[in-house]
This record gives sequence, structure tokens and C-alpha cells, in this order.
Amino acid sequence: MKDKNELAADLFRGKLVRFCAADPESLSKSFVHWTHDSEYWRLLAATPPYPWSQEGVRKFIEKDLEKDDPRNIFFAIRTLEDDRVIGELGLDGISYTQGETFVGIGIGERDYWDKGYGTDAMNILLRYAFTELNLERVTLTVFEYNARAIRSYEKCGFRVEGHSRETLHREGRRWDVIFMGILQEEWQALNA
Amino acid sequence: MTISFATPLFEGNLVRLTPLDHDKDAEVVAAWTHNTEFMRMYSLQPVRPLTAAQVKKQFEQIDKEMDESKRLFHYAIRSKEGDRLLGEALIEWIEWSNGTAFIKIGIPDPADRRKGCGEDVLCMLLRFAFRELNLHHLEVVLPEYNVPALRFFEKHGFKIEVRRRQAVNRGGRRWDLIHMAILRPEWEARNERQK
Repeated sequence: MKDKNELAADLFRGKLVRFCAADPESLSKSFVHWTHDSEYWRLLAATPPYPWSQEGVRKFIEKDLEKDDPRNIFFAIRTLEDDRVIGELGLDGISYTQGETFVGIGIGERDYWDKGYGTDAMNILLRYAFTELNLERVTLTVFEYNARAIRSYEKCGFRVEGHSRETLHREGRRWDVIFMGILQEEWQALNA
Repeated sequence: MTISFATPLFEGNLVRLTPLDHDKDAEVVAAWTHNTEFMRMYSLQPVRPLTAAQVKKQFEQIDKEMDESKRLFHYAIRSKEGDRLLGEALIEWIEWSNGTAFIKIGIPDPADRRKGCGEDVLCMLLRFAFRELNLHHLEVVLPEYNVPALRFFEKHGFKIEVRRRQAVNRGGRRWDLIHMAILRPEWEARNERQK
């Protein structure tokens, strides 16, 4: 890992998936299709689902790309097998001074749930965050009712850092939002 | 304190919560940005001194965001005696469907602290958030080196919920970032006891 051969490795390629640029045309199409699935949305976001149009989402992505803000980096996740766009992953609010970022991930295509695709994508992201962006830690939040995601994040090395109590109000009850984090040295030890 | 409709929402014992006065306040807030001890307690952004003109632009941004997002309440804290600008108080990142928000209180001048102004402000923010906005969860995020603030919020019923390990890099070392929060039922129970 310490020699220059490591630099020749494809940083955006994992075992099952690879990261691509967020192309407004294809990603907006996928996004609208995925978020029509209300369960997907409620696993992904705390805000209510919204009837997005493809045109609206495309414009939103284009605007975002135009801003070219180094604090936000967005990827499309494609399978190595057939190059299909199956999900999205975004770094949100990278703080280069504090060395921290939040990450959000969604596998929109249900056929790819529970098969290691999300975990593979998160592992690509951690390598990128720690060996290219040189961050000190990566943070995420996950909903109490999303056991599948919690298991996946634990596999990648994330640890629970606390519960934001009752901060989701859905289906007539309140749920916790769980904070998880991984430090660079913890990731190094896992990948030595 | 017994709360009723007659109890003013934005007037405490010592201070009032008011809108920003773009012309008069900019100079004072610009001076705050030169107070690095305060700024490092108050914000995780790198400290940076601003001119009054730059601050005025920020004020315009704040007013615009309040107007458009409906997710922000930004107040100037003023002394009732002498109408002096003492600090700022915020309810921000409101999520209406979940009933959650974050708060911030800043009183930069040490001479204005330890007199009950902060307590005054917090009481008003909590009452407004829980009894008018009908929120459920109010949160404050503090670096672990801000011990006075951690004690202050703990004293007023906030509980530690999250410890983001080593999330702050300041003064040559890393520190934890601590999330504290109070739920509406917890706040109501405290009010009952204090009657």
C-alpha cells in the first residue's frame, strides 16, 4: 500500500461496482425512478418524499455541477458486471479544515439490495476519503429502522457514536437517528 | 416561571430578542469576528476577521434565507437597559415534518456573561420552539473544549446524545464534537417541577 504501484490502482473501482460522474441525463432518470419507490426514499432521507419530475432533477444536478463546490462530491454507482447505474453516493459538506465529511448512499435498484453492492461502494468511498481527500474521519447518519444499512456500515468499520433521540416522525411514531463514524486510523488498521 | 399567553415571547428579565438592524449592528458584529477566543468557541469555520461591509452582506443573506427557507429564526440579543447589542440567537435547520431544529446562542463579550443573559435567551428560545413552533427535539452542537457551554446546556436539561470522535481540529490537536438535545416532554416536565 505504501509504494507507487498503489497509485496505479483504479481508485474508483471496487469488487462489484465503480464510481462515475453524476451525468445529469442518466442520473435524473434513475433518481426519479428510484424515489418513486417510497420505501427507498424513507430509508434514504428524513424529509418527506416529493413528486420530482425528471426535468426538475436534471436541472438541479446541472446547477449543482455548475457550482463546482469542492465541499460536495457526488457519484453515480455502476455495476462492473453490466455497467448499470444502481445507486448514488454523495459527500456532503466536506470540511477540509476539520478533516471530516458526511456521506450519504442509496442503492435505488432493489434487485441489488442485500448482495454487498452498497458495502462495496462504501469501501471505495472510504479509500477515496482517507487516501485522496486525506480526511481524518467520515460521518453518517442512519435511521433506527434501517437495519440493513446499519449492518453494512458496521462491516465497513463504522462505529455507533450516539442516537439523536426521536428525531424522525413517521407512521405514527418517533424513531432515533443513529450517528456513526470511522476514523482514519481505524480504517488503516482494518485495511493494513 | 408560570407561562401564560400574557408572558411575552421575546422579552426576558434582562434582554430582548429582536431583528437585526443592518446599519447599526454591522459594526458591532464585525468587531466580534476579531475576537478569536469567542469565534473558536462559537463556530467551527476557520476564524476570519470581517469588515462591517462584509457583515452587512451576511445580514442580507440571513434575512433572505429566513424569508425563503422558512427554516431559520435569527435574533439579535439586546439588553433591555440601554438597548445594547449583546449577541445573537438562532433556531436553524428546522425540519417541520419531524419537529426538529438546532439552536445557537452567542454572547461574545465576557463582561456580558455570567449575569443571566444566556439563561434568559435560552428560556425564550425553548418556549418559542416548543410552545409556538411545536417542535419536539432541539439540539445544540458543541466542541468538547467549550466547557462553559456544555455545563450551561446540561444545567438546563440538555442531554448528550452523540459524540463525534475527534471531529474538530483546533489548536494543534483533535477534539470530540458533542451533540446535546432536549425533548419537548423533558422541557415540559422541568417547567412543572419549577412551578
